[in-house]
Amino acid sequence: MSQPISMARADAQAGWPASIFDPAGPYAGSVTTLSWILIAMSTAVLALVIFAFWAALFGNDRLKKRLGGTRAIWIGGVAFPVVVLTMLLIYGLTLTRNLTTPVPEEAMRVRVTGEMWWWRVAYLDPDGQPYMLDANELHIPVGRPVVLELESSDVIHSFWVPQLSGKLDMVPGRRNIMPIQADRPGVFGGQCAEFCGGAHALMGFVVVAHEPAAFDRLMAQRRAPRPQQAAEGGAALFREKGCAACHRIAGTQANGAAGPDLSHVAARRTLGAGILPNNQGTLMGWIGDSQSIKPGNRMPAYKMLSAQELQQLADYLGQQR
Amino acid sequence: MKSETGFDPALYDRFPTQEERPTGELEELERIWRAPRGWGLLTAVNNNYVGVFYVGTAFLFFLLAGILALVMRVQLALPLQGILPQETYNQFFTMHGSVMMFLFAVPMMEALGVLLLPQMLAARDLPFPRLSAYAFWAYFVGGLCFFASLFVGLAPNSGWFMYPPLTSTAYSPGINADFWLLGIGFIEISAIAGAIEIIVGVLRTRAPGMTLAKMPIYAWAMLVFAVMIIIGFPAVILATLLLELERAFNWPFFDPTRGGDALLWQHLFWFFGHPEVYIIFLPASGLVSMMIAAMARTRLVGHDLIVLAFLATGFISFGVWSHHMFTTGMPALSIGFFSAASMAVSVPAGIQVFSWIATFAVGKPRFNAPTLFLLGGMVTFVIGGLTGVMVAMVPFDWQAHDSYFIVAHLHYVLIGGMVFPLFAAFYYWTPMMSRRALSERIGKWAFWLMFVGMQVTFWPMHLTGLMGMPRRVYTYLPGRDWEILNMISTFGAFLIGAGVLLFVIDLARNFRFAAEGAAGNVYEGGSLEWLPTGLYSARSIPVTKSREPLWDQPGLAQDVEAGRYFLPNAPTGLRESLATSPIRAEPQYLQIMPGPSLWPFLAAVFTAGFFMLLTVQAYLPSFACGVLMVVCMLRWLWDTDRRVPQDKVDVGAGIMLPTYVTGPGSHGWWAMVVLLVVIFMIFLMAVFGLLYLYGVHPQFWAPPTGVGWLSAILPAYAGAAGLAMLSRHMLAREATRLWTPGVLYALSAAALVAGIGIDLWSWLDSPIRPDASGQGATVFALLALVAMLAAVAVLMAGYISARNARGLIVRPSNNSLDLCVLFVGYAAAQGAVTAVLIRLFPWA
Repeated sequence: MSQPISMARADAQAGWPASIFDPAGPYAGSVTTLSWILIAMSTAVLALVIFAFWAALFGNDRLKKRLGGTRAIWIGGVAFPVVVLTMLLIYGLTLTRNLTTPVPEEAMRVRVTGEMWWWRVAYLDPDGQPYMLDANELHIPVGRPVVLELESSDVIHSFWVPQLSGKLDMVPGRRNIMPIQADRPGVFGGQCAEFCGGAHALMGFVVVAHEPAAFDRLMAQRRAPRPQQAAEGGAALFREKGCAACHRIAGTQANGAAGPDLSHVAARRTLGAGILPNNQGTLMGWIGDSQSIKPGNRMPAYKMLSAQELQQLADYLGQQR
Repeated sequence: MKSETGFDPALYDRFPTQEERPTGELEELERIWRAPRGWGLLTAVNNNYVGVFYVGTAFLFFLLAGILALVMRVQLALPLQGILPQETYNQFFTMHGSVMMFLFAVPMMEALGVLLLPQMLAARDLPFPRLSAYAFWAYFVGGLCFFASLFVGLAPNSGWFMYPPLTSTAYSPGINADFWLLGIGFIEISAIAGAIEIIVGVLRTRAPGMTLAKMPIYAWAMLVFAVMIIIGFPAVILATLLLELERAFNWPFFDPTRGGDALLWQHLFWFFGHPEVYIIFLPASGLVSMMIAAMARTRLVGHDLIVLAFLATGFISFGVWSHHMFTTGMPALSIGFFSAASMAVSVPAGIQVFSWIATFAVGKPRFNAPTLFLLGGMVTFVIGGLTGVMVAMVPFDWQAHDSYFIVAHLHYVLIGGMVFPLFAAFYYWTPMMSRRALSERIGKWAFWLMFVGMQVTFWPMHLTGLMGMPRRVYTYLPGRDWEILNMISTFGAFLIGAGVLLFVIDLARNFRFAAEGAAGNVYEGGSLEWLPTGLYSARSIPVTKSREPLWDQPGLAQDVEAGRYFLPNAPTGLRESLATSPIRAEPQYLQIMPGPSLWPFLAAVFTAGFFMLLTVQAYLPSFACGVLMVVCMLRWLWDTDRRVPQDKVDVGAGIMLPTYVTGPGSHGWWAMVVLLVVIFMIFLMAVFGLLYLYGVHPQFWAPPTGVGWLSAILPAYAGAAGLAMLSRHMLAREATRLWTPGVLYALSAAALVAGIGIDLWSWLDSPIRPDASGQGATVFALLALVAMLAAVAVLMAGYISARNARGLIVRPSNNSLDLCVLFVGYAAAQGAVTAVLIRLFPWA
């Protein structure tokens, strides 16, 4: 039995969800506060109930008398929960409303589309048209809300980056809107949270938050026209071996849309949707036999490529930043 | 004193009777109720046997699904392990959930009902013994086949919730999903059969004098449980039907590109799926309430409040389904409603818990094995309830949903709310049907292992989830601090496993089935199941004057055994029981019960064969099985509904009761009405589908066929209903030979066929096609439902004509005919409503 993702090691943690107790923005932060309140409340109620059990079984007669009647049931089983739950409900619904308040029109918009088992990322201009494509990684500026348009092109997925927000499903035929915001620079992992078949477990995601200036520089650099690249070595292999049928690289003739866009693949922190560190070795391994790393993924294994060809391809892709 | 049926309650004072019973009476009773032996056990229909088989099988599935869980825990103990490859893991978690829910939890609760209810109500048996046997065997054979799909690698692999489009042919081309849809499909049928049995059993077979107020709390729980099955299961029956239609014939119910919608499935599934949790919890709560009173040696405090809580739970639980869908992008208004309802449902749970606490406080509790399981279960359940309130808070749910936090939550609720009470029940009720009680010492060890194991396994999962680990992942990457928590969970899982193993050892050492001469009332309970019993249950059926008759009516056991109450003998020489009125349980008539028969068993085997062969696409053998199934069912029915020579018999103390009753007072009528409610709910869910799809994708809707067709369709349906009623009417009076009920009923069925035929024709004449749009799919699905009813009516017509020809439809009224008339009347109504409804949309 082959051991999947055998190459993965602890340094490939970028594409994996982190604790909700370490929020990085307002949308997640208010839920973390709520979580602590709920945990404290539940602990208190549990302690009360356990005390009541203890008193009913081992307490003195006075305690037993208090507990042993319908009055105790009305107080403990009806009045107490109704009061507590009403307060909670008001708090919860207020918070729900705040979290779903529409963000300003001019906010940056990105369409994230769930695919089996990776994420298609399209940065949208004010008209809603994609101007830059990427996959499995999202760059956002710190301190500004970003609106995600969540869609699916096959089955139901769910977008979840715990440090930035709760999760929201990607349902085929529908578009769900989710605001996120990071208040500090950093790399925040996420993962698909709705079972989506085969390799659902290996469908990670990365959000990178930059200081605004750095973010603008990054975007400018990515949008700058690319120098013509020599059509030899890796570039030639990319075209000849069929890679271009599924993958796009901006500024070249490679224009496939079935698989992840590779225009900025070298800049990504991970490979295979969050599961491998991104370096020449993992890139070669992925191209040569991605099926043993992520069983069932849509990319065939290219076992016929020689080590030298793999290296040339990896070098070529290593230039796509 | 008031009376419900005209029965004079003063007659109860004749009991216990004083005169000696004639000799040979008891031997006669034993002969009549004697169970078949050896292979003949396959033909047993008595609840003592079927109940034990049923409980045993459900427990077997608990063990099997538990083993799956252990293997999964081994896989997850460390990151990146290869013990279970991705595909196998996906099959394992799907089967673990499906088997635990559909093959263990619900059947176990029905099984306990079959086993315990007749005894608690002092009935000789449930009202439809052959139906119980059928429900059990269908479940047994079908369940094992379903489970076996795992061994050939064809088990369902899309989660127990089966969300399309992942389960549509495009993304699940194999037959794995069909195994789920068809496998679960007939387990649903089995569950419905059990629910009908339980409703009629609780309402119509209670011991005389056992008014609703004096009925054991468990019977209340089972009543609400069965009603919830009747309301909730049709949603999932319809959903599986629609998805199978989409898979087999490409009807796009769930495909958004053709006017279907993926969320339609989720609404239907969770309309069943959330009540399902309470369907599992309520009977367990009933068991807990019974056992606590016995273990604390006092009456249940807050009995009426608990009954209210059951009813409230049942009601509210149908308004919370969408809390499984908070992350689908629902509108804020519905989020608010479902969040509030989800919280409200915890109030009845609070009432139950505090009633139990109060009962302990009043009584003098004994710390036997059942008590430990009860206490452990309650604490565990409370924790699950509290995390339930947490996830009812929508923003928190957005984080917790589909993470391990939910895994922790649901296992706390279900293990605390159902599994621990179940083990308490095993210890408490085993002496009722085993020569030896289970071992207290082993029981306590088993409890502590399971309880500690439960906490060690699932407590850390709250944290694992909040630390970001999603559910349903076959592995995870190292370095996120999930490893240690997962390792602890795996360790705990094996503690649970060890506890269960100890219990199995205890069973093997001490459980010795005995319908007669069982260990008896070890824990001194007060309800009627602790009367001395044989296969005929109690020798005579006592007049019940309180909720704990054994505590309050001194000498009851001796009097019952000496035959000093109702029905100390078998006046007709057949298996029989008392049918009583629903509210005050006044004796109404003597119900003649069917005895052992191979036909229910064969019908069940062919039912399973029909569904399983359909799954593997062996259409011809499957069709053959279907035909044989119907033949076996008709054959088993053929023996029933016979009149005995005596019109009235003495059921004790000179009280004369009729042996044959027709019309709304008969138990058959009640069962048919419940069945029609099921069919109506299926119809209602299909109508919901129609309205829902029209609501979300109206652009796919084309003008329906003309309203003019109604002028032909509606009269046909009206004719069907009218002819059916006429056939019943004619039976009551002298009539010509030609217009016998059989002929009239056949004509009625023919009119029904004509109605649906014209309606179908009108749609085939239009450009709307079932595989083209959501409209076509739902319209034809609604028509197909009516067509199925018409097909059943045709079968009924054949059956009635045959009975009529053999002189079995006797004047002035006959149950078989009555029930078939009811059915056709309903079918005609559904056909008419369907015909109108599908022409209403799109609004002009």
